[in-house]
Amino acid sequence: MTIIDKAAEAPAPRGAGENGHPLLQVRDLHVEFHTRDGVAKAVNGVNYTVDAGETLAVLGESGSGKSVTAQAIMGILDMPPGRIPKGEILFRGEDMLTMSSDERRRLRGRKIAMIFQDALSSLNPVLSVGYQLGEMFRVHQGLSKKDAKAKAIELMDRVKIPAARARVNDYPHQFSGGMRQRIMIAMALALEPDLIIADEPTTALDVTVQAQVMELLAELQREYNMGLILITHDLGVVADVADKIAVMYAGRIVETAPVHELYKRPAHPYTRGLLDSIPRLDQKGQELYAIKGLPPNLTRIPTGCAFNPRCPKADDLCRTEIPALAPVTEQDGSELPGRGSACHFWKETIHG
Amino acid sequence: MPEKTATTPETDVTVEAATAAAVDASVTDTGPAPDKARSLWSDAWHDLRRNPLFLVSAVLIFILLVIAAFPSLFTSASPRDADLVNHYLQAPNWSHFFSPDWFGYDGQGRSIYARVLYGARASIMVGVGVTVLVTLLGTLVGMLAGYFGGWVDTLLSRLTDVFFGIPFLLGALVILTSFEKREVWVVILALAFLGWTQIARVARGSVITIKQADYVVAAKALGASTSRILVKHILPNALAPIIVVATIALGGYIAAEATLSFLGIGLTEPTVSWGVDVSSAREQLRNAPHVLIVPSVMVSITVLSFLMFGDAVRNALDPKLR
Repeated sequence: MTIIDKAAEAPAPRGAGENGHPLLQVRDLHVEFHTRDGVAKAVNGVNYTVDAGETLAVLGESGSGKSVTAQAIMGILDMPPGRIPKGEILFRGEDMLTMSSDERRRLRGRKIAMIFQDALSSLNPVLSVGYQLGEMFRVHQGLSKKDAKAKAIELMDRVKIPAARARVNDYPHQFSGGMRQRIMIAMALALEPDLIIADEPTTALDVTVQAQVMELLAELQREYNMGLILITHDLGVVADVADKIAVMYAGRIVETAPVHELYKRPAHPYTRGLLDSIPRLDQKGQELYAIKGLPPNLTRIPTGCAFNPRCPKADDLCRTEIPALAPVTEQDGSELPGRGSACHFWKETIHG
Repeated sequence: MPEKTATTPETDVTVEAATAAAVDASVTDTGPAPDKARSLWSDAWHDLRRNPLFLVSAVLIFILLVIAAFPSLFTSASPRDADLVNHYLQAPNWSHFFSPDWFGYDGQGRSIYARVLYGARASIMVGVGVTVLVTLLGTLVGMLAGYFGGWVDTLLSRLTDVFFGIPFLLGALVILTSFEKREVWVVILALAFLGWTQIARVARGSVITIKQADYVVAAKALGASTSRILVKHILPNALAPIIVVATIALGGYIAAEATLSFLGIGLTEPTVSWGVDVSSAREQLRNAPHVLIVPSVMVSITVLSFLMFGDAVRNALDPKLR
């Protein structure tokens, strides 16, 4: 897999963490699901790195493999039917895939935590939120019930839930969507983990609340100097929060870039298509652009570049050869740090 | 549903305004909750307190439990004092409330009133005992099968099927006839041995649904161990349907004990039980029907109370089934 090797070199990790290892490094990760219709290749060689204090946004539509990658990192993938045929997930240089399930469980919650999309269904309906928050401290740190509750109230204050003391014994259904997501964030933050994975944390919220929740998340991340992986399909959500973006398509990263550069000059036709399909006020009255076609069936990913059947630039080369994630440079050949594109025609796309 | 019960509009606003207010109250981000925190159980209790079916059955069950625990509070007569000379098949004296001859005497000259009171203990013990055992065993098997799936599920589910395939009465017949002296605990064990499959199936089904819930995945992602997930996150959510099935089945076990005793293979003398009394009343059915009728009516009342109780609990825990 030559592409992978090149890709691993291309976007060089920005500064290494403790003992020379980045906080989290995903290397050539493959995930497949064995279904009745054959093998669905959900993730096909993903590489990325997150450092402490850094926010990586993973962008992609449904079925692009962004959530599956996160589940593989957390170790909550259903196996079977899921399988990880190859790849490494290094947390501070240690491969989590080779750890025992007990070692991995000890990392979860303490070192790596996750925030889920739908906070209502992610909170246990029969337990009060105070109990669920306190559970983190009771289980992982062995605190008494009373101390755990005090900590829970403190956490609820921290994520700015009004009247935390009065509401600590309430049940999840008694909170609004935004408040529930704050509770989810509080749970993930409870043990001050080094890395947080947020899987579409604002998708289930209404727009006015989205911004508040994102702000809170970003603020807490700065405060604790955590690494954050933000999984989303919403280009608007990531712009203010993320440091760098990885765009995924059909289980591969097709473009990586520092956040603002991606918006300014996309180097992959898919990213360009995504940006063009955002409704804009200055184009009122015109037809809204849409990427034609549908995402590929993961049991039958097209040969060559997976995006070729939907790509306006595709030619015969794209139908036969898989493009590697190659470094993107300026027209004069000067380097653009952190940028990479898996397109045979990235030059035309970025400069044309 | 919880919101609806949580906020009862007290002023005479229109229905729309009331629902809007309820929605509003639940959406507000600030201020304390509009009502006291309410779990599934306190919600169910809130419903139950207002349900006449529940109140009637609960009072009846309470009286039965008191009788079962302290039968001597209600009569000074002994259920084993036989006086054939004076009381052989003596007819009931309906106006002598709470006296030994209230319900007459049986073919051995024993006070039926006393026997009915003392017989309650055996019936209630069988009903409650079987239900407790069946619930524990069924929940354990169902939870393990449902949560772990794979070969564990295959093994336990087939085992459940095997036991499910044994006809209840026939199985009980076979087991109980192999015991010489059949005391209460023998009947409890025999019925529990055959009866746990229903709960196991219900538990397995609800655990399978719940283990896919996001909050279980979330608990896992936050580092909860398997045993913690099972006990703290899955069990409390799976409990409602199990409790419903168990309470409704309780009446059935009491009826089963009476049936088995009537057939002569349940409890035996000297144990005092309604089934034993019904069984021994067969011979004098024509000339002294009261000997049969009184204990049968007691069985019916008890079974009915537990069925009503189970029904009320089901309605409270799962309003959709109403």
